[in-house]
Amino acid sequence: MVAITEKTLLRGWRYQFVLDQPRILGALLLSPAILYILILVGLPFLLAIYYALSAYTIYNPSYHFVGLRNFTDVLQSDIFRRTLLNTFVFTIGSQILGLILGKFGALLLLRPFPGRKIVRALIVLPWAVPIALATVAWEWMFDSLYSVINWTLIALGVITRTNAPNWLGEPTLAMLCVIIVNAWRFFPFAIVIFLAGITAVPQDVLDAATVDGAGFWRRNYQIIVPMIAPIVTIGVIFGTVFTFTDLSIVYLLTNGGPVNATQVLGNLGFQIGIVSGDVAQGAAVSLFMLPVLFVLVILMLRFIRRREI
Amino acid sequence: MSAVSADQITKKFGDVVAIDDISLSVQNGEFMVLLGPSGCGKTTFLRIIAGLEKQSTGDIVIGSEVVNDIPPRARGIAMVFQSYGLYPHFTIRDNIAFPLKTQRVPTAQIDTKVAWAAQLLGIQHLLTRRPRQLSGGERQRVALARALVRDPTVFLLDEPLSNLDAKLRASARSEIKQFQHRVGTTTIYVTHDQVEAMGMGDRIAVLDHGKLRQVGTPAAIYDDPADRFVATFVGTPPMNLVAWNGGHLGFRPEHFLPREMIENDGVTEFQFDISRSEYLGSERIVYGELAGLNSPQEVTAKLPAAHVPQEAIRPGERHAFAVRNSELHYFDKEGKRARRH
Repeated sequence: MVAITEKTLLRGWRYQFVLDQPRILGALLLSPAILYILILVGLPFLLAIYYALSAYTIYNPSYHFVGLRNFTDVLQSDIFRRTLLNTFVFTIGSQILGLILGKFGALLLLRPFPGRKIVRALIVLPWAVPIALATVAWEWMFDSLYSVINWTLIALGVITRTNAPNWLGEPTLAMLCVIIVNAWRFFPFAIVIFLAGITAVPQDVLDAATVDGAGFWRRNYQIIVPMIAPIVTIGVIFGTVFTFTDLSIVYLLTNGGPVNATQVLGNLGFQIGIVSGDVAQGAAVSLFMLPVLFVLVILMLRFIRRREI
Repeated sequence: MSAVSADQITKKFGDVVAIDDISLSVQNGEFMVLLGPSGCGKTTFLRIIAGLEKQSTGDIVIGSEVVNDIPPRARGIAMVFQSYGLYPHFTIRDNIAFPLKTQRVPTAQIDTKVAWAAQLLGIQHLLTRRPRQLSGGERQRVALARALVRDPTVFLLDEPLSNLDAKLRASARSEIKQFQHRVGTTTIYVTHDQVEAMGMGDRIAVLDHGKLRQVGTPAAIYDDPADRFVATFVGTPPMNLVAWNGGHLGFRPEHFLPREMIENDGVTEFQFDISRSEYLGSERIVYGELAGLNSPQEVTAKLPAAHVPQEAIRPGERHAFAVRNSELHYFDKEGKRARRH
């Protein structure tokens, strides 16, 4: 009898504990993120595909279906092909440079020295500074007249005023500049990733390698690097995705110039689709990022799944 | 001939003296155990021998060479670490082969060596796996195999059993001991576990606060402790210490027996007020105080359960207990053993 009264009592209270059920609470907590992705990522994406298959311009906003004509047009353009190549050069170049800087920085920051904490805090600045401010500062450093880099090199006697490089005016140098600025923005992230990876390598393993006769290089490239490869790979994939789709540095520093030497997909899509108003072709240009990103995402998901097993 | 000797080794980390003037020599083929509580400096001392840490002063001699400025890889040592330090991204075969590869040993020879070590430790079937697929006991054997392939002059083992569960630890203990006996390599073994030390060591070096307290065979350490620290660190329950004449009188719980269990000649009698008793199967641990002294002194007695029935010793009772005079140890004010009482 007692048991039955308790049962009825509990039934009355049941809905108080609805949030204790992981299924309901989980769905509730995830829903803002899912909504955000659907509305701000999914919808524009579908819209882009739709535009790319139409003849939509801001002067003639008609949804006239033209099939794949925008894509074939784009592919035949020299500028586009140049841009596609540039995007790869820009992405791969800045990732490699960023990783090298990151690895060196991490190794330096692992050593104890006075003021290490301050340096560790300062090193994230390139990442924390608003990209527009940072790029404007770099623009001044690369300026054809006021370049502080040239000024220093002249003062050191490395170059003379007459053969001073025109950083942003020369095609190869301009590409180098955007790569440097992007690597400069990326390397604090790389340092953090390398630091996290290296400090996670157990001391026992490093000591064992030392006793087993591994010198600095062998310890680095046969023990540490393979052990931190998973976390570095994730970092590189993220960095690649961000760089491949980025237009801010190029837009602010060179705006794709000189003569499209630093043009990248993001900036070209923006120029054609928004500035010139040919929305359909701009969308088609931007959608060329998709296959690359798709491969990267698959790689990343496979990687994460393998780590879980 | 001594295989390893440490001559007046001192190690300071800043102002902290981790190792305080330790001299120790380990004979060829000997199994030497470094025993001490955590933080006593035993691991630091082992790392100094290995060359992973540099002593502040003093010399390390391995074979007949002073190795102070010689890097770990050239010291002829092999080390097994507490968590084994296996390379997680290598297969077991590559793990064992690694020390040979760094020495640029020809591949054919590496294969022979790896096969030999794997067979010796019974891990041939694991060679293609990776460390994370192995159990704790298997990993430990891999670590031993990796140490073995280098043909070291000395094995250095840093608490290799502490990551195993209690049951496995007992079997691994005898395995390591037998293995060392078979290969005959000089071994220095660090542990904080006195059972391991007593069971495995040819000799034990007891360390505390960076100082070497006593070196001796397990029997010498147990029966003839050099000072109060060694007396109370080794043995469970620890040796009873009773304040006496400005110093301390020490006797082992198992030597503290009911008066009637000891023959008459040469004994010291005590009145024992029993407060608590624990039955542990083979033995009975009895806690209480000695009566009739200036102040009450807590002591323990360890009685063979088969010979002392429960009814005979009850909490709240007072019994006559005694210790043979030959089992009494006297420690002076500084805690050093003075003489056999």
